[in-house]
Amino acid sequence: MNVRLYVLQRTTAVLMVPLIAVHLILIFYATSRGLSAAEILGRTRGSLAWGLFYGAFVVAAAMHGAIGVRGVPLVVLADIGEHMRLARFAQP
Amino acid sequence: METSEKTIAVSIWRGSEAGRYETFTVPLRDNQTVLDIVTHVQRNLDPTLSYRFACRVGVCGSCAMTVNGRPRWTCRTHVSKVVEDGKLEIGPLANLPVVKDLATDMSRFFEKWQDAKGAFVPSKTRADEIEPIAPSSPERRAADAAIECINCGVCFAACDTVRWNEDYMGPAALNRAWTLVNDVRDKGQAERLFAVSQGGGCHACHTHQSCEQHCPVSLNPTASIAGLKRRSMHAYIRGALK
Repeated sequence: MNVRLYVLQRTTAVLMVPLIAVHLILIFYATSRGLSAAEILGRTRGSLAWGLFYGAFVVAAAMHGAIGVRGVPLVVLADIGEHMRLARFAQP
Repeated sequence: METSEKTIAVSIWRGSEAGRYETFTVPLRDNQTVLDIVTHVQRNLDPTLSYRFACRVGVCGSCAMTVNGRPRWTCRTHVSKVVEDGKLEIGPLANLPVVKDLATDMSRFFEKWQDAKGAFVPSKTRADEIEPIAPSSPERRAADAAIECINCGVCFAACDTVRWNEDYMGPAALNRAWTLVNDVRDKGQAERLFAVSQGGGCHACHTHQSCEQHCPVSLNPTASIAGLKRRSMHAYIRGALK
């Protein structure tokens, strides 16, 4: 990871903190009131504010997650290679 | 002085990458270090055993090996402190190619120091006045906390990220870069910060803190790397890094 990706991942993390908080409050609100999906859509559809809110959420999560997941194959493949190498060092 | 006729079975790695552990029976003594064990084997049991050491007192950083699965400086590691179920297994350092037996090729380790711009770049000549550095200045204190590295390679062998990512500079090289970043006399700062901000630089560290856990002189390279991350991030936000 270089500094550009590092800053992007940390920035999106900071951005998502309030977004996640609002999202969780919304979930508790909707479930406690027993709102159906149709009722929720009825209240939010066409709202520029909710569109911007969840649009920003999706963009931030996509960038944050993609940068994080990017490192997983690197680690897994390297670990497999290392285990194969260590197998030769194992006691008979 | 020998206090008993007790012995210990010691498994020592023999060969290069493709080798095997060989077991030797070595007399146990008071205050015996792991390096004493290896030296006993080489001088009394098998003179072909290859290993590396120099000062024997924890200064030179030459004698690091893997002892019962953990990287350690063997000259300051007492057998009584690390023996497990009466067994001692001594191998070469991990994350470095094995030359023979317990000696690793440390070229990669030191090349990383070059990659991290770990050399001091003087800003003055010998004709200039010596620049006074206050011991209490924040920069000097930050450098002091990291400067006693003995280049033993223990942190490099202990680091998961080094194992995963061959481009990663490793804890020691980045720790060295951090001491120079805090050296107000150095004029290679822009190049150094650029170097440690690339793919294999400070941002590749996962903060596992294995380096801090294993460092024989109790340094905290993770903290140094965190310092580099901050400097790098601030420079990037200011537009000083592209």
